Amino acid sequence: MARGAFAVSPVRALAGGAASAFLLALTLGTLGAVAWRAEGLAGLGASDWAAIRFTLGQALVSAALSVLLAVPVARALARRRFPWRSLVVALLGAPFILPVIVAVFGLLAVFGRAGLLNQAGAALGLPELAIYGPQGVILAHVFFNMPLATRFLLQGWLAIPAEQFRLAASLGFTPGATARHLEWPMLRAVVPGAFLAIFLICLTSFAVALAVGGGPRATTIELRIYELFRFDFALGDAALLGLVQVAVCAVAALVAGLVTVPKVAMAGMDGVAARWDARGAWLRAQDVVVIGLACAFLLVPLGIVALRGAPFVAALPASVWQAAGASLVVALASMLLALVLSLSLALWVARGGRAARIGGDVISGLALTASPLVMGTGLFILLFGWTSPQALALPVTAVINAAITVPFTLRVLAPAVAEIEEAYGKLAASLGMTGWTFLRRVILPRLRRPLGFSAGLAAALSMGDLGVIALFSAPETETLPLAMYRLMAAYRTDLAAGAGLVLVTLSFGLFYAFDRGGRADADA
Amino acid sequence: MKTLPLLAGLALGTAAAADTPVLTVYTYDSFVTEWGPGPAVEAAFEATCACDLQFVGAGDGAALLGRIRLEGARSEADVVLGLDTNLTAAAAETGLFAPHGVTADYDLPIAFEDPLFVPFDWGYFAFVGNVDGPAPESFEALAASEARVVIQDPRSSTPGLGLLLWVDSVFGEDAAAVWEGLEDNIVTVTRGWSEAYGLFLEGEADLVLSYTTSPAYHLIAEDDASKRALPFAEGHYMQVEVAGKLAGSDVPALADEFLAFMVSEAFQSVIPTTNWMYPAVTPEAGLPDGFETLVTPETALLLPAGEAPAAREAALETWLEALSR
Repeated sequence: MARGAFAVSPVRALAGGAASAFLLALTLGTLGAVAWRAEGLAGLGASDWAAIRFTLGQALVSAALSVLLAVPVARALARRRFPWRSLVVALLGAPFILPVIVAVFGLLAVFGRAGLLNQAGAALGLPELAIYGPQGVILAHVFFNMPLATRFLLQGWLAIPAEQFRLAASLGFTPGATARHLEWPMLRAVVPGAFLAIFLICLTSFAVALAVGGGPRATTIELRIYELFRFDFALGDAALLGLVQVAVCAVAALVAGLVTVPKVAMAGMDGVAARWDARGAWLRAQDVVVIGLACAFLLVPLGIVALRGAPFVAALPASVWQAAGASLVVALASMLLALVLSLSLALWVARGGRAARIGGDVISGLALTASPLVMGTGLFILLFGWTSPQALALPVTAVINAAITVPFTLRVLAPAVAEIEEAYGKLAASLGMTGWTFLRRVILPRLRRPLGFSAGLAAALSMGDLGVIALFSAPETETLPLAMYRLMAAYRTDLAAGAGLVLVTLSFGLFYAFDRGGRADADA
Repeated sequence: MKTLPLLAGLALGTAAAADTPVLTVYTYDSFVTEWGPGPAVEAAFEATCACDLQFVGAGDGAALLGRIRLEGARSEADVVLGLDTNLTAAAAETGLFAPHGVTADYDLPIAFEDPLFVPFDWGYFAFVGNVDGPAPESFEALAASEARVVIQDPRSSTPGLGLLLWVDSVFGEDAAAVWEGLEDNIVTVTRGWSEAYGLFLEGEADLVLSYTTSPAYHLIAEDDASKRALPFAEGHYMQVEVAGKLAGSDVPALADEFLAFMVSEAFQSVIPTTNWMYPAVTPEAGLPDGFETLVTPETALLLPAGEAPAAREAALETWLEALSR
């Protein structure tokens, strides 16, 4: 293979290795610290196995549904131009970056017992729609993750060079042939990764299961870990379940890596694809319906959150605004760290072939599946020896939030970097352009769109995540999600709704600003 | 952003430490917020102690105990405030707490004595609903009714655990049948009190597991008389919240002073309208207006602290089995 012609440079290997080591220390290192403090691991009981089964089952279904539903939505968005399109694309990212508790209340306002659907149904004499139970968990997961899958797939669609569609049109391809020859290979390359990412998210999410799960049937691994920490202080059992999550993640990453067919990159002129294959009235109508439904599903709950909170924003106490400021700083710091980590990994992985790609998936996936509780507790154990953990509450939150966003940013950046390498690497090498110059002149300019998306994603995710702050926090170092929880715990539900709206607005504002910045030149 | 002033504060703190001793009190989150008792208590105690009282919020009651266990004997905490009697046996077992020597004339519905822990407030668990909503007045009536209720998971929430022990102490062997009867009334089981109460307020359930004192918040703080707690014929399980002094404290005399202050007028009078619980010692002026409207159960139920852990384990198994069908 020609790849040997440009081996991994020492700087790249160093940066990539350092990023990997950092993530491994954060995930496996903290797990080790908990196990060490527990003086060994215990065994798995019957309720642990039940939790493992439920967790895997719902994660599989949620991820499959999210990706399946995302295909028509991404396809419709990729081949249509309409006013406000860029806003719609950005808004589609919103559910994913919402704090869970805000989103759950939004969802319930539509699908809950007293929600819009049931009110409309009752007026028509229809029986009550039950959201609580496994179906509620899956609905919520699809709500969160379908937009993310849509964005991943949309990136894939937009990465198909415009020239290919032009060529297809001049060869008289039918829509079916276009799908087979251009879109299907792209999906084979993008879908396994998107599925994996969402599967892993659903594996560790537990606030969702606990709000709409309907009872102990919906016990996830993360909830078992939580319980073991809190009531039993069984660190050994908790560490063992943490290890199970890590093992599941490694296996899933391996499988996804093996079924992914690397995309054959063909350099295009970075233009906007005109789609001659999608001009039929039927396809047009189909896309309008798909986009309309997706928008309604995702945006109505958000709208209700906004309406609910709006009257109370003005009444928010100063402490909430202070917390908002702290959250912004944490979000920006954690975004920078996440970008440095994932870009280092992406550059390293791009030249290492399939093994390195799977390695990158496993390492970044670890950060996602590692239980935040285990990570936080492990860090606490490690830091407590030499410093006051409270003094480090915000930095630690920023670092952990960065670690858990790396899987997403890497998923966006790695394919883009690999493609640029394939297309321009040899040319650059033959011109003697290497290292920093290559990064600055060739890679970064072409990476604007995925970099902007990654930055927005990382900042927004960090903004909304409750993370480990609760474990470390002192009263004067509050983040906005924590402040919101504290308002709810003090009966201030209305103020909490106001804080929720501020949180959503800031998260979304960050996401939109960065994402839009990255796409400044590309969208009409 | 916050780290720099904080580090500076730490440096200044050490410089001033020579004349101002610091008392560090670990407590649950809602105690230290601006609506909780924390700010008023801090001001009142600092006015008399010539010390710096620092509250550190660490999640909720159960998380608080976990934190202390993690930190062990090296903990900076001098006092832990906010454990309940379901947790005190486990807390005592750690060997980290020291005897207190505080005596007071407690206004608790039960006799309370514990060498390691001092009670500061208490309450009854109860189902709370709307005045115009369904109002079953026993577990049996609730199970037979159409009322939809939201409860908390006993594995992650203290009220959830309270309900578990409530059913267990009333029905014993028959608890499984009671849970099976309640199964179709339970809308969902949430992680914590906040989520459950939020769902109730948003109209997702007719009833929510909370405290008999919850309607007082709506009445006093919001002038809203639409909420009520349902008196149950079987009696109500109690929660008694306590504080204890750590054996490793570097200011043991100050910690003792704080525990004694805790059952005094200045501390106790703040509790009803900030923590929305009953004070352990009723203030001289009595309870605030509005508290007289609350339901007062005839039978108070509470397992002795020593029996709680074993009862929890057995009751949890019953609960899981009954609700997993």
